[in-house]
Amino acid sequence: MSVQIWTYIFVALSFSLYIGIAIWSRAGSTKEFYVAGGGVPPLANGMATAADWMSAASFISMAGLISFLGRDGTFYLMGWTGGYVLLALLLAPYLRKFGKFTVPDFIGDRYYSQTARLIAVFCAISVSFVYVCGQMQGAGIVFSRFLEVDFTTGVLIGMAIVFFYAVLGGMKGITYTQVAQYCVLIFAFMVPAIFISIMMTGQPIPQIGFGSELTEAYGGGYLLDRLDGLSEQLGFATYTEGQRSTQDVFFITAALMFGTAGLPHVIIRFFTVPNVRDARKSAGYALVFIAILYTTAPAVAAFARTNLINTVSNAEYEMVPEWFSKWENTGLITFDDKNNDGIIQYVGDPATNELNVNRDIMVLANPEIAELPNWVVALVVAGALAAALSTAAGLLLVISTSVAHDMMKRTFMPNISEKQELAYARISIFVAVLISGYYGINAPAYVAQVVAFAFGLAAASFFPAIVLGIFQKRMNKEGAIAGMIVGFTFTAAYIIYFKIINPAADTADNWLFGISPEGIGSLGTVANLLVALAVAKFTPQPPAEVQEIVENIRLPGETIPR
Amino acid sequence: MSDSSANSYWKANIRLVLSLLFVWFFISFGCGILFVDALDTIRFGGFKLGFWIAQQGSIFVFVALIIIYIRAMDKLDDKYNLESSNEKDSAASQESSK
Repeated sequence: MSVQIWTYIFVALSFSLYIGIAIWSRAGSTKEFYVAGGGVPPLANGMATAADWMSAASFISMAGLISFLGRDGTFYLMGWTGGYVLLALLLAPYLRKFGKFTVPDFIGDRYYSQTARLIAVFCAISVSFVYVCGQMQGAGIVFSRFLEVDFTTGVLIGMAIVFFYAVLGGMKGITYTQVAQYCVLIFAFMVPAIFISIMMTGQPIPQIGFGSELTEAYGGGYLLDRLDGLSEQLGFATYTEGQRSTQDVFFITAALMFGTAGLPHVIIRFFTVPNVRDARKSAGYALVFIAILYTTAPAVAAFARTNLINTVSNAEYEMVPEWFSKWENTGLITFDDKNNDGIIQYVGDPATNELNVNRDIMVLANPEIAELPNWVVALVVAGALAAALSTAAGLLLVISTSVAHDMMKRTFMPNISEKQELAYARISIFVAVLISGYYGINAPAYVAQVVAFAFGLAAASFFPAIVLGIFQKRMNKEGAIAGMIVGFTFTAAYIIYFKIINPAADTADNWLFGISPEGIGSLGTVANLLVALAVAKFTPQPPAEVQEIVENIRLPGETIPR
Repeated sequence: MSDSSANSYWKANIRLVLSLLFVWFFISFGCGILFVDALDTIRFGGFKLGFWIAQQGSIFVFVALIIIYIRAMDKLDDKYNLESSNEKDSAASQESSK
């Protein structure tokens, strides 16, 4: 059977599964809609968190990025996993004990201020919107390449599916579809990785194959040595050596870690488990499930890079395999025969290099490059869609709760009934789907860049405010508000300047302390912390009942009133 | 729970978190970034040590840190008799789903 038929089968099967789950898990109350009734078992929540977290970027782009960045790709690997240590140790258990629905709930109550609540709403909505547009775009790319539908139609199909189960089931529907989506995506990621690992190194575990010797067919020798050799020979940077400055890698890693711990769609997942112990446990499960993919990704990156060089370097253009021309049609691979010899010169020097490969296609093209069976290729497509849709749904829920719960119920219309609130939540998710779909189709040119935005902003706004709210009883509303505004504004201004206003200046010489816009969120986090602490020192203590809340969230279980 | 035992519970918690975060920082930012070139001179199998820690080893350590944290906190909760109120919470959630 052809790749396309297999793809239709897998996509149809996985989509009907998601829809089935959505119908089974309809939400009846706001508590079910916002936090799945607070009754999700930790194992299921761990899987759902992993799917929520691993987006189109993790599934489709990350291994490809690493395969072109080499060792520098480390900041994605460590940044996007190390943040879970912060989340598990500093945030998850306390936020669960606090036991409300959203991040602005915590900020607003802990800092006894509607201003703080609204700032948090603003941050949550802007972070989530930036992020969700990327997911819709990811889904669109996958549809247009593999189902050969128009890009716009692809985004529309994605929107329809997410809309269906997010509006119907709220958090409850999203949670259980995410569990299914995790299973689909991890299976889809691992199967080709294992296949390729066996093929290239004879070792079925990709994590070990990564450090093993290549089989005779691939020329023998350790994989990484071979890759270093090939890279040097063709004038690319040595794979296992770093190219970026140490301080830049340091700050990017930190920004991604703080950002991970501050992303509202991940944080709210910990409101859905029954108690504090389960919150801790599910953070552990989540990282285990994420680590399966994240420790495989660098291996996939090295396999894919080696394979790509072996296949296309000095190959005759007339003889290239079918996948090459298919990706050429989408414009994601371009070949320009500069010296008219009909042979592909793939080299590091831009003057003589004839081939450009878009980094995002490496994972999707990898099974084809390795000539794996058609059903494996189709499986990867279903996995990529699962990754994009699960994250999109989680983000849309954050937007909807921020509007319906934090803005309507808690701020402007405190008297609405639960039924009305639920209706508002559904309407706002509907509007959010439409807007994100629109931006998914009419993406601004810099959409890939704005992912750095989401992380930087989450890092510089939420992370310090929440951590201080738990660990610093003396922290008051003046400090927290000043910190969030300074951190958010500083980070946003720096990124907007280098990415949108003056992209030509985006070079290491012009950066503050040599920190690229991707890493600036970590400096924003520090600025937020320092400003908050300084301002709090010179302003009045928080009221006694707020200090009581802090004492209370530090202890798990029901505390016995004294 | 009395103030003093709440206090010593919190202090034990902070000690645990700080020591785990020290390891977290040392492995990721230390071995994975700052000393990576020095560690790269050591080889095992097909890996340079620094490169391996940066791309894989650190992630295994992160998982281990969270598991240690979960175990240690559960023990600490038991020691201070901080039972998570399972029954109460699940009863509440059943009520709301009616």
